Amino acid sequence: MEVVAINQISPDQVILFAWSFVTINATLVYTWLIMALLVVGSLLITRNLSTDRTLSRWQNLMEVIVAGIRSEIGDMVKEGVNTYFPFVGTLFLFILASNLFTFIPGYVAPTSSLTTTTALSIMVFFAVPIYGIAKQGILEYLKEYFRPTFIFFPFHVMGEFSRTLALAVRLFGNLMSHEKVIAILLAVTPLFFPVVMQILGLLIGLIQAYIFAILTMVYIASATQSHEETEHKPT
Amino acid sequence: MDSISIIAMASIITSGLCMGIGAIGPGLGQGRAVQGALSSIAQQPDERNSLTRTLFVGLAMIESIAIYCFVISMILVFANPFWAYVIKKAGG
Repeated sequence: MEVVAINQISPDQVILFAWSFVTINATLVYTWLIMALLVVGSLLITRNLSTDRTLSRWQNLMEVIVAGIRSEIGDMVKEGVNTYFPFVGTLFLFILASNLFTFIPGYVAPTSSLTTTTALSIMVFFAVPIYGIAKQGILEYLKEYFRPTFIFFPFHVMGEFSRTLALAVRLFGNLMSHEKVIAILLAVTPLFFPVVMQILGLLIGLIQAYIFAILTMVYIASATQSHEETEHKPT
Repeated sequence: MDSISIIAMASIITSGLCMGIGAIGPGLGQGRAVQGALSSIAQQPDERNSLTRTLFVGLAMIESIAIYCFVISMILVFANPFWAYVIKKAGG
């Protein structure tokens, strides 16, 4: 069952429902499905948490995930793990969920559409200065753009935009290429090779979700910590 | 040769060239990066976690260049704007 035809490179082109200016395409449907799954799943699991020795298997899974993300963030920044955890953790879980369900037939990862990944990376684009300003104040944050001299200002600004573009295109390119490879292999050598590529796709999806979250954390850490580091360096 | 076949030929050849040449640099770069990381892990196995994390971030950075080339060639093959323009002009 192929939802996205082989000559379409984005699930945006699969229009399920259109009425005057309202257009519901496959990306929207699957994005909302993933969001509903995450929200309802988290609500159901956290409804009855226990602190004694016997805990439900779902609570165990949740604790493993949350503790893993927290320790990864804690490795990158010294303090303020709780500040960054909701944003980075949500990004990671959303991308991970939408990447990993690709083994279900008829499902198209919303992250294989450029619109979704652009939305995610624009969120990062705005979150990094917000965290930076909240941590250091607006003057100290803006001073970072003129370090080491004022000549570097355009390069800093260009870097902000190019890394946003890179985040979006990287995730989109990986997921889209995976889907195209599966579709082409299904047409050429059915049955065995597509399955192997699907398994590889699970790995790719996990790594891409990890990389997206880690890069977001690296950007946030560089926006919030660079001042302290430059302070320590001369000594 | 009419413009449709010229555009089709140029798009296909260019997408192949783009992917082929564009994969050389990131391939070499990723090879060097993994080599460096592996020898570092062999020397200091305790630092494996931070080395692996930095390796993945670096690999993602290098890989994005190849991904750009791939996206460009995918656009040239599947969603070619010039091709759509010519087809539209020929049809109407």
